[in-house]
Amino acid sequence: MTILKPPVKREDVEALEAGDKVLITGTIYTGRDAAHKRLVDLLDGNKPLPFDVDGAIIFYVGPTPSPPGRPIGSAGPTTSYRMDAYAPRLIERGLRGMIGKGPRAAEVKDAMKKYGCVYLGATGGAGALMAQAVKKAEVIAFDDLGPEAVRKLEVENFPVIVINDTKGNDLYIENVKKYKRE
Amino acid sequence: MRSIPYNTIKEKVKAAIMEAAFIAGEDLMAGFKRALEQEESPLGKEILNQLIENAEIARKERIPLCQDTGLAVFFVEMGDEVKVEGGLLPDALNEATKEAYGEAYLRKSACNPFTRKNTGDNTPAIIHYDIVKGDKLHITFCAKGGGSENMSRVTMLTPSDGKKGIEDFVVQRVWEAEANPCPPVIVGVGIGGTFERAALIAKKALLEPIGKKNPDPELAEMEERILKRINNLGIGPGGLGGRITALDVHVKMEPCHIASLPLAVNINCHSSRHAEIDF
Repeated sequence: MTILKPPVKREDVEALEAGDKVLITGTIYTGRDAAHKRLVDLLDGNKPLPFDVDGAIIFYVGPTPSPPGRPIGSAGPTTSYRMDAYAPRLIERGLRGMIGKGPRAAEVKDAMKKYGCVYLGATGGAGALMAQAVKKAEVIAFDDLGPEAVRKLEVENFPVIVINDTKGNDLYIENVKKYKRE
Repeated sequence: MRSIPYNTIKEKVKAAIMEAAFIAGEDLMAGFKRALEQEESPLGKEILNQLIENAEIARKERIPLCQDTGLAVFFVEMGDEVKVEGGLLPDALNEATKEAYGEAYLRKSACNPFTRKNTGDNTPAIIHYDIVKGDKLHITFCAKGGGSENMSRVTMLTPSDGKKGIEDFVVQRVWEAEANPCPPVIVGVGIGGTFERAALIAKKALLEPIGKKNPDPELAEMEERILKRINNLGIGPGGLGGRITALDVHVKMEPCHIASLPLAVNINCHSSRHAEIDF
C-alpha cells in the first residue's frame, strides 16, 4: 500500500502502477463539471486559480450538504469522462492526481504520460463509506455552484486504486479482459 | 369519492424520500450478497463488500448511500374514485421533494440545461400519471442518479431486427457504458409503444424488485439470456473486472406500430433507491 501526501511530486506518481492501492492523507480539492469549466475559463483569461494546481489532487465529487456535526455529507466519485475536455489543461499545469470513476479519453491519458499525473479510481456509490475518510471540508471557490463548488478537503487514509499510470497502463482494460467470456 | 388531504400526501411522500436516501432495500442487499457468492474476482469481491459496508453506514449514521441523491421521479397510480383535497397532487409531490431534500441534507441536482444554474431545491420533480380503477392512490418514488441515466439510450429498431437485435443492442449498451454507471447495474428494458413510451416503460422496469422473475415466460427467458450475456462481459463490480456486471435485467413490453420496434435501455446504478407509498 502506497501513501500519497499532497502536494505530490512528479517522481512519486511516476513510481505508481495501474492496480496499486493507494491511501491519500492530507489536502485534496473537489471539482466537477461546472467548476472545471470555470477553472479553464480562468486559465484562458490568464487569471489565478483558486488553489495551486501544481502537485495537487482533484477529487471529482459533488457531496451532499454537511449535516450538523459532520465535516461533509455523502462523498463518492462522479463519472470522470465529463471532465475530459478540461483535464489536460490542468495536467499541464502540474496536476498530479485525479480521483473519479469510469474510463478517460485518449487525450487525458496522453497528457498524464507527458506531464506525470495518475488517474485514481474510488468506489462509485459508496459515498457514506468514503465520507468517513474526510476530516474537514471548506468551500474555497465558486460558492454559488452549491454542490459543484470547489472544496478543500482534509482526508485521512482515503482509499483509491491506480487506474491509469504514467506508463500508459489502464486497469479497467486489463482487468475486464481477464473476465470477459466470448 | 374518497378524499385524501394534500398535507397527508406531502408528509408521507417526504418521509419516503428521506428513507430511500439512507436505507438500501432488502432486495438490493440480497442482490449484493448473491453477487458476492458468485463473484470470482478478488477486487470485485472487495468492491461488493464495500457496498455492503456503505449501506450499513448509511442506515446507521443516516448519511445518503450515494452523494448523487438523484432527480426525484414519481409514478402515480390514481384511482378514479380518489381526489386530493386542499391542493394539486403535483404541488404536493414537488413540495415533498423540496422539503425532504432540504431537511435531510440531500444533494440538489436539478439545474438549468444551458446556464447549469442549480434550481436550489431539487425541483421540478419528474411525475408520471396513470389513472386506474378504485379509490386508492399509489405513488412510487425513485431517486434517479445522473451517472447511470447518462448511459441510457432509446433506439428505433426495425421489425426485422427481432429479439436478437433487441438483445444485442442491450448488451452492447452495457458494454459501452463500461465502469461509468457504477456496476453492478440494474438494466431496465422497454420494448414497444412509441419513442417516449419505450423509455417510460424501461424506467418502470427498473422499479421491479431485484431477483424477481418476469411473469411472462417469454420475457423471463429474454431477461435471463440478456443477464447471462452481460455478466460474460467481464466489466465486474466497479468496472474493475469480474463476473457480476449486472444484478438483474427487467423487461417490459407493449404493442407498437406495425412499422416500428422501439427499444429503450434505462440503466440504474447499484444504488437503486425507490419507495412505495400507499394511500
